[in-house]
Amino acid sequence: MNKNTIVKELKKVTIRFTGDSGDGMQLAGMLFSDASALYGNNISTFPDFPSEIRAPQGTVSGVSGFQVHFGHSKIDTPGDHADVLVAMNPAALKISLQWLKKGGTIIVDIDSFTEKDLAKAGYLTNPLEDGSLSDYQIIVAPITSQTHEILKDSGLDNKSIHKTKNMFALGITYYMFDRPIEITEVYFEKKFKEKAGFAAANKKVLRGGYNFAGNVHAIERVIVPPADIEKGFYRTVNGNQATAWGLLAAAEKAQLQLFLGSYPITPASDILQELAKHKALGAHVVQCEDEIAGICTSIGASFVGNLAVTSTSGPGLSLKSEAIGLAVMMELPLVIVNVQRGGPSTGLPTKTEQSDLMQALYGRNGDCPCIVMAGLTSAGCFESAYMAAKLALEHMTPVILLTDGYIANGSQPWKIKKVSELPEIRTKRVAKKTGNHTPFMRAEDSLARNWVIPGQKDMMYRIGGLEKDYVTGAASHDPKNHEKMVKTRDEKVKRVVNSIPDIEVVGEQSGDLLVVGWGSTYGHLLSVVRKMQGEGYNVGLAQFAYINPLPKNTAEVFSRFKKIIVCELNLGQFVNYLRFTLQQFQYLQYNKIQGLPFTQEELKKEFSNILDTI
Amino acid sequence: MTDVLSQDTLTLSAKDLKSGLEVKWCAGCGDHAILNCLQNALPKLGHKHEDIVIVSGIGCSSRFPYYMNTYGMHTIHGRASSIASGVKLANSKLHVWQITGDGDALAIGGNHFIHTVRRNIDINVILFNNEIYGLTKGQYSPTTKKGHITKTSPQGTIEIPFNPGELVIGSKGKFFARSVDNNLAITTEILVEAGSFKGTSIVEILQNCVIFNQGTHAMVTDKDVKDDRQVILKQGQPMLFGKNRNKGLVLRGLELEVVTIGENGITEKEILVHDAKMVNPSLHLMLINMKAPDFPVAIGVIRAVDDITYDAELEQQITDVKANSKIKSVDDLFAAGDIWEVK
Repeated sequence: MNKNTIVKELKKVTIRFTGDSGDGMQLAGMLFSDASALYGNNISTFPDFPSEIRAPQGTVSGVSGFQVHFGHSKIDTPGDHADVLVAMNPAALKISLQWLKKGGTIIVDIDSFTEKDLAKAGYLTNPLEDGSLSDYQIIVAPITSQTHEILKDSGLDNKSIHKTKNMFALGITYYMFDRPIEITEVYFEKKFKEKAGFAAANKKVLRGGYNFAGNVHAIERVIVPPADIEKGFYRTVNGNQATAWGLLAAAEKAQLQLFLGSYPITPASDILQELAKHKALGAHVVQCEDEIAGICTSIGASFVGNLAVTSTSGPGLSLKSEAIGLAVMMELPLVIVNVQRGGPSTGLPTKTEQSDLMQALYGRNGDCPCIVMAGLTSAGCFESAYMAAKLALEHMTPVILLTDGYIANGSQPWKIKKVSELPEIRTKRVAKKTGNHTPFMRAEDSLARNWVIPGQKDMMYRIGGLEKDYVTGAASHDPKNHEKMVKTRDEKVKRVVNSIPDIEVVGEQSGDLLVVGWGSTYGHLLSVVRKMQGEGYNVGLAQFAYINPLPKNTAEVFSRFKKIIVCELNLGQFVNYLRFTLQQFQYLQYNKIQGLPFTQEELKKEFSNILDTI
Repeated sequence: MTDVLSQDTLTLSAKDLKSGLEVKWCAGCGDHAILNCLQNALPKLGHKHEDIVIVSGIGCSSRFPYYMNTYGMHTIHGRASSIASGVKLANSKLHVWQITGDGDALAIGGNHFIHTVRRNIDINVILFNNEIYGLTKGQYSPTTKKGHITKTSPQGTIEIPFNPGELVIGSKGKFFARSVDNNLAITTEILVEAGSFKGTSIVEILQNCVIFNQGTHAMVTDKDVKDDRQVILKQGQPMLFGKNRNKGLVLRGLELEVVTIGENGITEKEILVHDAKMVNPSLHLMLINMKAPDFPVAIGVIRAVDDITYDAELEQQITDVKANSKIKSVDDLFAAGDIWEVK
C-alpha cells in the first residue's frame, strides 16, 4: 500500500456509479458489488435506470445509476446517500448530486465537462469551477483520454476503446477501497473467452484506473474490513434470480415438473429468462403471445399436474385477472409472481412501488380470494417463492407473490440452501381411485380439494369456470350451493393461517410505537428501527410477508403498542386493508410515491415526531 | 397411430364417451351431430381413454366437455387455445381436443388462435362456425356475411368476415379441414384424420344455429343442392362433384375453374387431383376460398403437411440439454458459478 496515502477504516460505505445509459454503469456497479461480496463484505445494491434503452446522450433523462452499500457491519439497505459519487458526465453529476452526502467525494471524468456537455446537462456555468461544489471533495480524472491513451496500441477501434472507460472509473474505486482486482480480471477472462483482445483491454483499463488513483496522492484510501457473517457457502443473487430458484427448488422438492408461461415485461422478464436457462432441471418455459396466454398455458399445466407459474408486472397482472378467477374457481394450484413497478398504466416501468396490493387482493370479478404474499429482501425472494409454491400446492388455490423492482433488481449475498433442508411439500395428488373418491373431496382441515391428473384411470372429470356442486363438482346454478361454495373458497384461504408463521416483532416487543411495513421496505424500516432503538426510543417493527391471510397473532401484536404507523410506497393500500380487517386499532400512515425506496432519514424524522408526542 | 393399443382402448366405444349429463343444446342444433361424430371418432384413434383431454372456451359449443366422459375443462372466453397449449406442453402424452366457435376462436381468442397455429402445437381444434353469437342471443361474429342483419347490426354488418381457413394458411398452418354438421360420415372421418395428425389441426365445421342464424349454410348444405355445392376432397383423387359426378375443378392460369366432363372436350384426366400434403399452400388457399354459388365449397382435409411440432421440439431441447449438462439437480445449480465460503 502506498505510504503517501492516508488510510482510514470505516464500517460501511456507499458508492453510486452514474453516467449515460450507454456508459456501462450497471456493469461497473455489479462488478464492484461482486468483488466486495467475494472480499467478505455485506452488500446491498440498487440499480436505478431510465426506461429508455438509450436516451439522448449526455442529457439528464439518460442517466443510469447503480448504488452499492457495502460494509463490515450488517447491511439492510443500499444506503440513503452515497459517500462517493462517480459521475461520467455533467448530466450524471447534476441529477445525482441529491444522492450524495454533504462532504462526500465526487469522481468526475473531466474530459466530458466541455461546454457542449455542460449545456446538454443544463448547466449555465461549470460546477467544477463556479464554487457550487465547495462542500464536496472532488477527484478530477481524465477518464476518457486516459482510456484512449492506454489502449492506443491495442488494435481496437475507437468505439470499442470508448466502451471500456467504465473500467477506468471502476479501477479508481478499487484503489480507494482496496478491492481485490483479481476477481474482476477473472470475470473478464471468462466473459471474453473467445475474444482475448477484449479481456486484455478491459483488464488493462481497470489497472490503469487503479494505478492512476495510486499516483494521485490526494486520494484517501479507505479500508472496509470483511464482515462477521454466518458460516457457510454464499453467492450473490438478485431478487428475480432468487425467485426463479425458489420455484425450481419447490418443483424438485414436490417432485413435479416446473412450468412457466409468461410474457416479457419490465421488471419481471429476468424470471422468464432465468428459468428458460434451466431446461437441464426439466423446467418447461413458454414465452407466450401475451400476458393472458402466459397465465392460461399455466392453468392448463396445473390441470395436468405441473407446478405452474406465471410471472409479470402490474399491467400484466391486470390482464391476467380473469384467468386468476378461473384458477380460483377450478381450485388449481398456481403461482403468480408480480414484480411491482410504478403505476397506474405504464407508469414508471423501471421504478419501484408497492401499489398493486389492492389489485392482488381484490382485482377480480366475484368474491375471489387469493393467497397474497410479499418478498421482503432480494435474497429472501428465494424463500418467498418456495413458500408461495408450497402453499399453492398444499391448499389447491392460486398464490400471488408480490415483489418489486427494488428487490427484483437489487442483489445481496445469499447463503446457499440445500434442497434437503427445505420444508416438505405435500401435494394433494391422488394416485389411485379409492372408495367413493371424487376430485372435489376436501381435506377436513384445510378444505383443499383432491388434485386428480389426466392420465389417471377411472377418475375422469370435467371442471370449469361455472359454479360447481359442492359434492360432485358438476356445474350447478343452485342458489344455496353457490353461497356454500363462495364461503368454502373464502374459508379455504382463511385456513391458510394455520400454515404460515406468526409475525415477529423486531426491536421493542411492546411500548410506544409499532412500525408496520410489508414487502420490500423491510431493509429500510429495519435499519431505522434498530438505530432508534439504540438511541433509547421505544419502537418495534412488524414487517408482513403474508398479507392474505394475515398471521394469526397480528391483532395481539398490534395491541401491545400505543401507536401504530403503517409505512408503504403507495397511497395507503395496506393501511386501508388493515383498517377494515382489524378495525379495533387506530393506524397512522406514512406513504411515499416517487418510484423510489424510503430513505432512513425521512423515516427517522417521521417516527421521531410521533414518538416525541407520546 | 403410434400408440400401443391396450385392452382398455380396444374396448372403448362411443357409449363410454358419453358423460351421462343431459345435453342441453337446442333441438335441431348442429352441435348434437358434432358431439356424436367425436364420440364415434375417438375410439377409432386407439388412444387411451384416460389420456384424452377436452378443452373449451365460452359459447354454446363450449359446453361440449361436460357431455364427454373424458378429462375436460370448460374455461374462459377466447382462451381455450392457450389452456389447451398448456395442457399439451406440460404433458405431451395427452391427446388434446379444443372445442371452440367462430366468436370464441376468431374474435376474443383471435390472437391465441393464430399463435397456436403458428407454433404447430399438437392439438386438435374443432371450430363450430355458425356465423353468429348464439349464447349471447344473436349478435354478429367475425364470420358473419357482410350486410347480414343481426341484433347488433340492424342495418346490416359493415365488416368483412374472416374465412377461418385463410387465417390458418396466413398463420403458417399445417392442417386445415372443413366439414358440414349434417354429414356425419365425413365429419367423423375428418376428425379421425385430425386426431392422428401431429401438429395443430383445425377442423372448421359449418354448423347451423336453428335459433339465431337458421339456414346460414343452407345454400351449401341443403339436401337438394349439396352435391352441386360441395366438392369432397380426398387425397390422391380427382376433384369431382355434382349429382352425376361429372363436374370438376381445373386450374386456368392462376384461377380455379369449374368444368363439366364431356363438354368442350374435357376428360377426367384434366381434373385436378387433390394433394393435401403439398407444402406450397397456394392451391389449398384457392380451395379454401371457393364460394357458392359459382364454386363448390371444399369439404374434407384440404391441407395436411407434416412438420415438426412445438411440443416435440421443446421435449427434444430438454432431453438434449439434460444429457449435456453437468447440472442434474437444484443443489448442483446452486453450487455452480461464483460462490465463496465464510469460515
